[in-house]
Order: sequence, then structure tokens, then C-alpha cells
Amino acid sequence: MNVAETSDDLRELRDTRPEVGAPLLEVDDLHTQFSTSRGIVRAVEGVSFTVNRGEVVAIVGESGSGKSVTALSIMRLLPRLTGKIPKGRIMFDGRSLLDLDDEQMRQIRGRDISMIFQEPMTSLNPILTIGLQIKEPLQIHLGMTDREAQDRSIELLQLVGITDPERRLDQYPHQVSGGMRQRVMIAIGLACNPKLIIADEPTTALDVTIQAQILELMKNLSRKLDIALIIITHNLGVVARYADRVLVMYAARVAEQGPAEAVFHNPRHPYSMGLLRSVPRLDRPRGGKLETIEGLPPNLADASAACRFAPRCPFRIAVCDQEPPLFVTDTGSLSRCHRHEEIASGKITWSAAGGAGLNFAANTEAPVLSVRNLTKNFAASGGLRRAVGMVRAVQDVSFSIYPGETLGLVGESGCGKTTVGRLILRLEEPTSGEIHFEGVNLSTASPAELKAMRRKVQVIFQDPYSSLNPRMTVGQIIGEPLHVYKIVDGGQVEARVAELLENVGLRPEMAERYPHQLSGGQRQRVGIARALAMEPSFIVCDEAVSALDVSIQGQIINLLEELQRKFKLAFLFIAHDLAVVRHISARVVVMYFGRIMEVADRDTIYGGSLHPYTKVLLDAAPVPDPTIEKQREPRLIKGELPSHLAPPTGCVFSTRCPQVSQECREVVPPLEEKRPGHFAACIKV
Amino acid sequence: MLRYTINRVLLMIPTLIGVAVLVFFLLRVVPGDIVEIKLRGDGGSVTQETIDMERKRLGLDRPLATQFGDWMVGMATLDFGNSMWTERPVVTEIAGRLELSFQVAIMATLVAVLLAIPMGTMAALFRDSWIDYTVRILTIGGLSIPSFWFGMLIMLTLLSLFNWLPPITFTPIYVDPVANLTQLIWPALAVGYRYCAVVARMIRSSLLEVMNEDYVRTARAKGVYERLVISRHALRNALLPAITVIGLEFTFLIGGLVVTEQVFNLNGIGQLFVQSVSRNDFTLIQGMVMLIAAFYVFVNLAIDLLYAVFDPRIRYNA
Repeated sequence: MNVAETSDDLRELRDTRPEVGAPLLEVDDLHTQFSTSRGIVRAVEGVSFTVNRGEVVAIVGESGSGKSVTALSIMRLLPRLTGKIPKGRIMFDGRSLLDLDDEQMRQIRGRDISMIFQEPMTSLNPILTIGLQIKEPLQIHLGMTDREAQDRSIELLQLVGITDPERRLDQYPHQVSGGMRQRVMIAIGLACNPKLIIADEPTTALDVTIQAQILELMKNLSRKLDIALIIITHNLGVVARYADRVLVMYAARVAEQGPAEAVFHNPRHPYSMGLLRSVPRLDRPRGGKLETIEGLPPNLADASAACRFAPRCPFRIAVCDQEPPLFVTDTGSLSRCHRHEEIASGKITWSAAGGAGLNFAANTEAPVLSVRNLTKNFAASGGLRRAVGMVRAVQDVSFSIYPGETLGLVGESGCGKTTVGRLILRLEEPTSGEIHFEGVNLSTASPAELKAMRRKVQVIFQDPYSSLNPRMTVGQIIGEPLHVYKIVDGGQVEARVAELLENVGLRPEMAERYPHQLSGGQRQRVGIARALAMEPSFIVCDEAVSALDVSIQGQIINLLEELQRKFKLAFLFIAHDLAVVRHISARVVVMYFGRIMEVADRDTIYGGSLHPYTKVLLDAAPVPDPTIEKQREPRLIKGELPSHLAPPTGCVFSTRCPQVSQECREVVPPLEEKRPGHFAACIKV
Repeated sequence: MLRYTINRVLLMIPTLIGVAVLVFFLLRVVPGDIVEIKLRGDGGSVTQETIDMERKRLGLDRPLATQFGDWMVGMATLDFGNSMWTERPVVTEIAGRLELSFQVAIMATLVAVLLAIPMGTMAALFRDSWIDYTVRILTIGGLSIPSFWFGMLIMLTLLSLFNWLPPITFTPIYVDPVANLTQLIWPALAVGYRYCAVVARMIRSSLLEVMNEDYVRTARAKGVYERLVISRHALRNALLPAITVIGLEFTFLIGGLVVTEQVFNLNGIGQLFVQSVSRNDFTLIQGMVMLIAAFYVFVNLAIDLLYAVFDPRIRYNA
């Protein structure tokens, strides 16, 4: 059996590939620990990998898998008091980083290795100008004068595609958009021509179209300037498109690593297999039920000798009680699985998707909810009650949802999708337009009718961390509406709570726990149980799965579908993830800048969309297949969302549309039925 | 920004009118008035006639609305009336004491801020080390020891170790700085200790929070010198919340140090307040309350404007 535990073996392995010369970065058997009140957490255990000059390496994994900690360990930016690297070696360009003193390490940071962080909103200092923040490394590392640094900063901003760079230098981070802030971060990262850039979830907080712009930019720059890139992400599509090699991390260890094609097409570890199967995909026909990895990741404070993935692994056998080494597999990847040979020979595979796909009810029934010409304007205030303008958050939106149906509502941030949800929930008053729920017009409804509606319309929020009251037990959270609406007798509340918990796949004992004692996925299940307690007929799911890890996301989507069948629920599924929306929805509404761009059934939207915006949106989302992605030419959408204070005249998409003509800038295109059941708001189709 | 400032200054007027109404009528609700204290205070028997005459002379017999109207008209023309006890203008009475109290307040603020910034910063940077523990014990002391008691300790120490006590009469700093400072540095230290404790703890906790911010990590990842990371990236953000505390404590000190002034035998606003209240000297109390209220409102505005100077995210564009 071929075992590669040391970096010598790794190097040998790499030497069979065309690259020559010593690797730029060599991480060997890295261990990182944090001391916490609950004992020592082993956040990274025995991670080894190399990065060559100009190469793009991706580290994928779910939250807590140790991918960010690996990056911070390389940068030696771990929290001083709690973080520790007890073992391991990090060689960078011939120097051992762990043996450098603080001053030597400081000279490397920002000069030879720079890092781009996830949240462009919080990663730039809010009270310093953008110019100062870019100039800082130039002056510190390269000893430039203010004048030279100024010129170089302008050059850098142009390089990352920021227009009007002189003016931007004097602005503060809050004065520019999120996409532009991330460009500024990249400009800072590039400032001193580093040899390696580590990008930790560089586009997770950004919209798909902006994500594509940023990633293409990074890839092109790294090619042009021969900079090696480590991309840390949970988005498998991003990995497939940009990475040469992939590390799949699970519970502090590397589960599998190898060339992107090998890992994606022929995964040799059950976790990578499961991960690839549990994401809804745009490039494959929509299957029935999503496959999921059951269970939860292990607690890193428990030191266990067994394979970390064993408790969730469907192929677990006796030998899995021992920690597997990294085996060299037939595809050239390294897999930490005892049974990799059996996987390679096809002896073990994940069972085919269970369960049928959704049956779409023929829309013969009356719609459960219909929205007509819904419009919501917010006054943009200039302080002290003086309105300086109007934000048209939602304009002229109409759609219907039928019993048992899921309507997907997709769009980028600021497109008004969340406002639509809030209007339906009556958390906002519409400026004009009508909402009919089960035949009742909500704007003229009596208080009694409204109260009945509030019970039947429920919501599941995005953030399971902040939307549950931390001082109430799960039982109290779910039981509260039962008491308030007297849905069951006081004595039966407990039994009903237990039943609801079982419906969402939680054990009844969970009722005693507090939200902070639950994982993210469990919390979201509690949120769903709370919504179900009201026996609703309609649920607004506002980004209900976007805060969850891939393997957990699949579990929740399956749960939602199952509950829909069981209770004949209608969902308005608001999301920005196109693949998730495609998986769960029967029909899809695409919104942009407050207006509906296109409405059609799912297969039409994803197979034959008409509107240029929908096409651009679908094009910008990478799919988890390196072969497809690497052949595909990026069709980049230019620019960013227009300002709400100076909205475009005519079609709202005209400022970014690839097919724009003069007429588009003059006429607001109506939403017309272009084909039966397929509506689009575009004069070009 | 200018328009905002003008707006805010104009908004001070209704606030101050509210204060005026409250203090005027609350004083009248309290039983007894200055005439009785003045004439019957030491138990002497005075005829009702004399009392009525004195009331009439001071204008206390007129209807409340008239008295209030007169006072408001007076204030609008910057005439705050005369003290009912000494018969001297209220402005003169206050001005003499304000100089002392104002100086003590400024000195206490200087003592506090100059000590609090390094103390809070060091405590946060060396969290859970002996430095942090020392600062935490010192500041807990500052919060829990009453200023007057600390003042007494200072006096006793000076007396027993050096057999010396600070001068009792107030000398303005521009007349004789040494005499002035030897008198006022001690009360400034006594109240500055508490003040410093409040500010240091504020800076410590907000710096601890800021040091965990993403942009501090970004600064380190850029290879910025650690000293610069702290002074430019972290401390500037951490000082913002401290501005509020410093400003509010300062106004509190302007309002006088009732007990501490007794300990050091200082003739400041605090003592004047005690005197005027015990004498029911309506016009003087009213004048002092108005002065302090105006200070409060003004300092609050100054804090808000300072915020805008230090934090570019805050822009007032009304």
C-alpha cells in the first residue's frame, strides 16, 4: 500500500508532473491548537501540502474544518494568547516561517505573502481613507515616498478595475460598494507584488455577478504577475473554475487532495463524494431528492483516534476505528480513507437518490397567494426627517402561488426580494398594489381576517443564530405560538412540541435545550418547527439555507420538500443561490433592482431563459465541474448595481445589459407573456 | 455640517426653556421661602408685617406667572437677576466661583485622560498579565472609593508626612500659578482618580473589542508595524466611545463637587449650590441650574460634532 505521509513523498508525487523547481510554499504536518474554556481544540491536525509558483490551490471544507486556521497559521496571525502551533513546518521560498522572529515575519507579511479576507465590509478600517490603506504597505515595505506610493496606488486601483482612482483614494470604505471594497482589498494584496496571495472566502459576501468579476480578476492577475494563489472557499463551483489543485478538509484534517479534475471527477474519499453529491447543480438535470451526508461534524475538542468522518460515513467498517494515513490513489490524489481502492474499483458507491421528485400540482386550484402590482417606496432620509429622495425597493411586482407549490424568487442583493417577502408578511405596508391571501385582500381585511392570515402565513429566516431568542428553550420557542393562538390545549403543548420536533428530524429531548447549544442546522430545524406550529398553508423562506454548510443545506432542503408534500404547504423561496432555487422551485421569478425581469417554470428559466439578465446571472454562477468550467469563456457582466437615488431611466437593467440599445434607455419594458406561461420584461425578445 | 450645528443650537432653546419651567416651579413647590429663613432663621421673632414687606420688596408676592415671565424676559436679555440673599447680581456670584470649579474640572480631565489612555491601552494589550491586573485593581479602587474620602486621605497624608496643608484662599492662575496649583492640584487628583478609572476601563474594553476586528487583522496581514497597528488602526477606533464618557464626566464636574469642595475647603460652585439651596435663594439656584443645563446641552453637541471629526462614517447633512 502506498502511503504518503511526509512532504518528501508529496514532492516525489509532484515531480511526476511537469512543474520544475522547488515549491514556493511547503506546509508539512501542520498542527494548530486553540486553548479554550472547554479544553484544547485541535483546529488543524497534520495538514501537508505544497504550492508552486503561479499555481492556484483551493482549500475547500465546511465551517470549522480548519481551512481558515491553516491560512492564518501560514501568516502566523493566530490569536496570540490562545493559538499555538505545537508541531509542523512551513517552508516559504526557502525560509522556515515558524522559526522567524516577529520582526522577520512582519517583513514577509504584505510583502511576499498577502492575504485577502472574506468580509470587505469589516476588513477595511472604517476611519482611514482608502488611499492611506493602500499606501501603507508600499511605504512600509518598499520605502516609497508619499508621492511614489500615491502613483502606485492609482496604478493598482486601475489594475483591479476601479474607475476614477484619484477620487477613490480620498474616500472612506463606507462610501464605496461591497464589490469595490473587495477590489480595494485585492489592490492592497497586490501592492508589493507578493509571491503568494491567500484569499479566504474572497467572494462569499458578494453577488454572483460581482463574484465572477472578482475571481476572473484574481485569476488573470495571478497568471500575469506569476503569483501563486490559495483560495479558501466552501463553494465547489468556484474551486472547479479556478483551482489547479484541491485540498478537501474535514474536521481539522485533509480528507483528500489532488488535481482538481481528479478530485471532482473521481473522488476517492467518501466525504468528497458526499460533498459533491449534496450540492444542487446547474449543470445536471434536476434529480429527485438531494443526497446528503447525514449527521454533524465531530467536536474538535474530543481527541479521537478513529477516522474523523467515520460517524457520518455510509461505508464505515471495523478498520475505520483507526486513523487512516493519506493513501496515494489511482487518480494521483491523496485520500485519507482505508477503502479508497474499493472506491476506485467502483465496489462502493453512494446509493442512488431516494424518493421521487416533486409532483407539481396542476394549477387548477385557486392560488393561495396572489400579489398584484405591488410597489414599495422608502424615503431616503437625509437626517432630521428631510427626505432627500425615494428608494423604489419594489416596483409593480405581480405573481401568484398555488397550494403545494414552491415559487423561487432569485436576484442579487438590493433587488427587492426580501422586501417582497416582508410585504407579504405584513411587516411592511405596501405603497400601492394588492396582496390577496386565500381570496382575502389584505389591505382591506378586517382585524380578525388579518389575525387569521398571520397564523397561516409563516416565515423562516436566514440567520438561525440571531432569529431565535437566546434566553428561551427550544420548547418555549416552539410552544409560544401554540399558547398565543390556543392551537392546542395547554396540557397538550408539550406533546405537540415533541411531535413538531420529530417532524423536523430532531429528538424530543431537544425541547430542553437553548439555541446556543445547537448547531446551525439544528437551529434552522427549530425555526422550521416554530413556523409549522402555526399550521400554516404558506411559508416565506427568506434565504433559509444560505447560512448553512453544504452538507447541512442538503438536509434542510430535503426536509422542506418532505414537509411540503406532507402538509401541502406553499413556499415563497427567496434566495440568491441559483442552483438551490432551481432544485426546490416549481416556478421561478427573477428580480433585478425592484422589478421582475422574468417569470417561468423552472425548466424554462434554467433551460431556455429569454431575458438577458437571467442569462447573465446563470452564466456567472460556476458549476462544480472543472472540465466544463475550464473550457467555458467567461461572459462577464460589466459594472455594478445602479444607485437607488439615481435610478436608470427606461429598463433598469439597461446600464449593464450586453444587448442594450437606445430604446432600452427610454422605455420601461412591460412584463409580457412571450410564450405560454413564460413572462419576460425585455423589448429585445 | 454647519446647518446641522445651527439646527442643534436652535434645538437647545426649547430644551433650556423646559429646564427653566421645571426648576422654577419645583422650587416654588418646596415649602418655606428665603424671607422666613433670612428673618426667622436664628429663632428671632419677627412680625408677619415685616415678612410681608420683605416679600414684597423681593417681588415674591406677585403671581407665579408674573414672576416666571419676568425671569424669562430677564434671561432673554442676559439679566439673571440678583441673589435674594446677598443682593448681588447672580452672574457676579457665580462668576467668582466658576473660575475655580472650571479649573478643577479641566485639571481633573487632564489628569484623567493623560493617565487613562496609557493605562487602558496597556491593560488591553497585555490582557490578563500583571499590568492588566494592576490597572484593573487601580480602576476598581477609583470607582469604589468616594472622591471626598480619597481627598481626606490626601490631606491627611500631606499633613502627617510633610506637615503641610495647601493654601485656603483661591489665587487665580494668572496671578500666581504656583500658589494656584498648590491649592487646586489636590482636589483635581481626588476627583481625577475616579474620572480616570471610568475612562481607563472604557478604553480597555473598547480596545479589546477593536483588537478583534477584521481590519486590525488586515493591518497585521499587510505587515504594518505592531506599534502602528495599535496607534493608527486600533486606538483611533477605540477612543471614539471614550469621547462620550470624557465629555459627560466633564459636565458633571462643572456642576460642582459638592462634598469634595467641603473637604478641601474650596469656595467653588458646589459650595455655592449648597449655600443657595439651604437659604432658598431662588434666583441664584435658578441661575446655577440654567448654567449647568446649558453646559450639558453644549457639551453634548460638542461630543456629537467631535464624533463626526473622528469618524468619517458620521456625517450630519441636515
